[in-house]
Amino acid sequence: MSVLSDSGPAGPAPVDAVASPPRQGAVRRLLRSPVAVVALVWVLLVALLAALAPLLTSASPTASQITNALAPMGGANLLGTDGIGRDVLAQLLYGARTSIVGGVIVVVVSLALGLPAGIVAGYYRGRFDAVASWIANLLMALPAIIVLLVVLAQFGRSTELGMAVFGVIIAPGVFRLVRASVLAVREELFVDAARVSGLSDGRIMRRHVLPVVIAPTVIQASQLLGIAIVIQAGLEFLGLGSPNQASWGGMLSDAFQNIYAEPRLLLFPGLAIVLTVTAFSLLGNALRDALGVGGRMPRVRRRATVVAAPDSDVPAPVVSEPPGDALLAVQDLRVSYPKGDGSVSEVVRGVSLALRRGEVLGLVGESGSGKSQTAFAVLGLLPPTARTSAERLTFDGTDLQRLSPAERNRLRGRRIGYIPQEPMSNLVPSFRIGSQLTEPMRHHLGLSRAEARRRALDLLARVGIQDPGRVFDSYPHEISGGMAQRVLIAGAVSCDPELLIADEPTTALDVTVQAEVLDLLRSLVAERDLGVVLVTHDFGVVADLCDTVAVMQEGRIVEEAPAGRLFDAPEHEYTRMLLSSTLENSPSRQDLPPAVPDPDEPEPLPLSSSGGPR
Amino acid sequence: MTAVQEPLLVADRVVVDYPVKGWRQQPIRVLRGVSLDIGPGETVGLVGESGSGKTTLGRAILGLAPVTGGEIRFQDRDISRLGKRERRALSKDIQVVFQDPYSSLNPAKTVEDILTEPLLVTGTARAEAGRRVRSLLDAVHLPVDAGQRLPREFSGGQRQRIAIARALTRDPKLIVCDEPVSALDLSTQSRVLDLFIEIQQRTGVAYLFITHDLSVVRHVSHRVAVMYRGELVETGDATRVTTTPEHAYTRRLLLAAPVPHPRRQAERRAERHRFLAAQAAAGPAGS
Repeated sequence: MSVLSDSGPAGPAPVDAVASPPRQGAVRRLLRSPVAVVALVWVLLVALLAALAPLLTSASPTASQITNALAPMGGANLLGTDGIGRDVLAQLLYGARTSIVGGVIVVVVSLALGLPAGIVAGYYRGRFDAVASWIANLLMALPAIIVLLVVLAQFGRSTELGMAVFGVIIAPGVFRLVRASVLAVREELFVDAARVSGLSDGRIMRRHVLPVVIAPTVIQASQLLGIAIVIQAGLEFLGLGSPNQASWGGMLSDAFQNIYAEPRLLLFPGLAIVLTVTAFSLLGNALRDALGVGGRMPRVRRRATVVAAPDSDVPAPVVSEPPGDALLAVQDLRVSYPKGDGSVSEVVRGVSLALRRGEVLGLVGESGSGKSQTAFAVLGLLPPTARTSAERLTFDGTDLQRLSPAERNRLRGRRIGYIPQEPMSNLVPSFRIGSQLTEPMRHHLGLSRAEARRRALDLLARVGIQDPGRVFDSYPHEISGGMAQRVLIAGAVSCDPELLIADEPTTALDVTVQAEVLDLLRSLVAERDLGVVLVTHDFGVVADLCDTVAVMQEGRIVEEAPAGRLFDAPEHEYTRMLLSSTLENSPSRQDLPPAVPDPDEPEPLPLSSSGGPR
Repeated sequence: MTAVQEPLLVADRVVVDYPVKGWRQQPIRVLRGVSLDIGPGETVGLVGESGSGKTTLGRAILGLAPVTGGEIRFQDRDISRLGKRERRALSKDIQVVFQDPYSSLNPAKTVEDILTEPLLVTGTARAEAGRRVRSLLDAVHLPVDAGQRLPREFSGGQRQRIAIARALTRDPKLIVCDEPVSALDLSTQSRVLDLFIEIQQRTGVAYLFITHDLSVVRHVSHRVAVMYRGELVETGDATRVTTTPEHAYTRRLLLAAPVPHPRRQAERRAERHRFLAAQAAAGPAGS
C-alpha cells in the first residue's frame, strides 16, 4: 500500500481539501464586524483630534477670560466658553490628550507588571508563583480610590502619577488572566515537545507561551483603557488632576458648578467620555470574537465534516423492505447540518437498517463516517441544528418521527437504552451512583424507593460489580472507568429495554476490562433477547459480539452482511481495505535484524539533504 | 539478539515517585525499579494498560519526569539527573512523538516554523534549515508546500507525520514514541506504522514504542516489554511475547485482545474463559 498520503484509495482528499485561510484572519474578521469598525473609527478619531489639537484651534485650553464666561456657541468660541471663560472646544481637544495619555500609562504599567509576572508564575509555578499570587491578592483587596487619594494627597496632584499608581493597582487583573492562560497552555504537549527539542525555558516562554497569552491580554488592554479613562475623569472631577492641564473630568467639574446657568456644558465632556469608553469596551468584545479567545483550536475530531456531494447519481444501496418482525427499521435516513456559509453538510446520506430482537448489529466505520450520527438519529438525541429525515424510522411498529419529544423521551428511558462512550462524563459528579440508577426506575416504572434500591443492587451485582452496596453509595469519582461503564450498562438495562444503542461502549477502556464488558453485553443480550446497535471502529469488537455488520463510509452504508461472511468474503473495496489495515495477521518484526547503520558508510543518514555539519 | 552491540540506552532499576498534594502525603510510586535496554536501531515495544507507568518511563527518559531512584544511561552516561543545559544538549540524540497529534503541534505556528525551530536554536543557518525541512517533509511523505501551512489544515495522520518529521530534524539516535497511533483511524494507523519502520530502516534510529495495543507492538517491535503496575513483568522477543507469553498477566492481556474474525475470536474467548477459570482455581494470586 502506498504511504504517500493518509487518505488512501477511499478516504477524503488530503491536504488541499481542508485548506482554510490561515493567519491575518483575525484582523480581517475584526474589520468585518460593523460594531468594531465604528468603535475603531471613533477611537482613531479621538486620537487624531488629540494629536492635532494645536492645528485645529488657536485658543488655549487653560487661558481664562473672565469677561467672556459662559459665552454661547458659535462665533469666536465654536462651542462657547465655560464658567471662567475657557474655550470649550480647545478643552475638549486637549482633554482628549490627557485621557489618552492617562489610559496608555495605566495599560503600560499594568502590562509591564502583570504580563511577565503572570508568564513566569504560570510557567514555573513554585515559590515565585506563591509570592506573586499573594501580592496580587493583597493589591486586589486594597480599595483603589482610597489609595489614589492618599498617594495624590501625599505627592501632589498629577495625572501621570495617579494613573501610574492605578496601573499598579489594576495589574493583578492582568497577572491572574495571564497566569491562568499559561497554566492551560503549559499542559499542552507542544510545550513538552519544545522542551525535548532542546529549547531553553526563556525561548519556550517567548515563542510558544507568549503568543497564546497575547490574545486575551489585548482584549483586556482594550477594556482597561476604558476603565482608566473613567477613573481618570473621576479623579479630575474631584479636582485631583494637575490644575494646568485640560481634562474631560475637569470640564465636567466646571460644568457641574454651572449646571443651572448653562447645562449644555455637561454635554460635551459627558459625550466624549461615554462614547470613548463605550468604544473601547465594544472594541474589546469585537476583539474577543475575532480572536476566538484562548487562540486555540477546539479539539474536535472530524465527527461531522463530510461535505455533501450531489449524490443523485449514486444509487442507494438496495435494501429490501424490512421484515415485519423488525424491532428497529430505518429506511433512507438522512442527517444534515446547515453550515456558516448557507450550504448544507449532509453527514448521513440515506442509511437503511433493520434489526430483530436478540440481534446485535455492528455499525462500523472510521471517524467522520456518520456512524455515531446514525445512532443518535435513532435515539432522537441530535443537536437542535440537525435536520433529520427518513422514509421510515420505526421502533417495534411505532413511527418514531411522529412522536412528540415527550413521547420519544418516555420511549428512550424505558424501551430504548443507551450506553455512551465516555462513562465518566455521563455520570453526574455531584450525585451518588445509587440515586442516578434509581431515579429513572422510579420515574419510568413507578417503583418505590426501596424497590428501586433493591433492583439497582441486583443490577449492579448482575453487571459483575463485587460490592454493589459500596458502589451504590459512591460518587462517580470514587470508582474506576471500567466500573463506571458497568454502572452505565446497569442503568441502560434497568428499565428492561428492548433495544440497546451502544456508542463505542468499550473504546475508553483497557483491553482486559473491554473483554469483561463485552462478555457482560453478550450475556445480557442472550438473557433478555435484546436488540443491540453497536457503534464501533474496532473489528475485534465486531467479531466478538456482532451478528450482522454494516460498514459505513462518508455517511453511507457501503456493505452489510452477516459477520461471518463479511470477515471471510468482504465484497466492497472499502471493507477490504479496512480489514487489511488490521494488524492481527501482520508479521512480527522479530525476525528482521535491527536496522543498524552500515559502519562502512561514512554518511549513514540519507535523510540529511547536505553533507554539512549539523 | 545480535547482542554484540553496546546498548544505546539502559534503564537500571528506575524508580519514579510523584508527589501528592497536601501536607505529609506519601508520594505515589509510579515506577518500581524498571530495568530495560534498547540497542541501536532497535525497536523495543512497551505494552501496558492505563496507569501501568509505561508513559512515565518514556517521560523519565525524556527528562520530563523526575527519577527518584536507579539510573538511566544513554551511551554509558547517566542522564537521569542532568542539569538544564546538559539536558538540552541531549535533545539532539533523544526525541519524542506524542500520542495526541492535536495538542503536540503549536496551532499558531506553520509547519516550517515547527520543524526549523530545533535547528535554529542550535545555530543552523536559515537557508540550511529550510533545505532540511524540505527533505524531512519528503521523508515523511508530505508535500513540499506543507511547510507554509498551519497544523489545523492537516488530518490526524498527517499531523502525526509532521510530529515524526520534527523528531527527526537533528538525526536523533532514539525516539520515544508514546502511543503515536492510538488516536488515528485504522487505515491511517497502519500507514503511519509503516512509515516508522521505513524511517528506522533508512536512518538506523532506535524506538521505544509505548502502546496499549499488542498487535501494534508486534507489528513494529523487535523486542517487547510488558509493564504492569509500575513493574516489567515480561521482556522478550516480540513474536514470543505476543504469541506464547510466559507471564500470567501478559497472557491475560493477549487473550483479552479481540481477534478481528468471528470464529477465531470465539476460540480466543473460550480460551480466555478457561484461563481465567484456571487462574481463579489456582488461588487468589494477582487480581
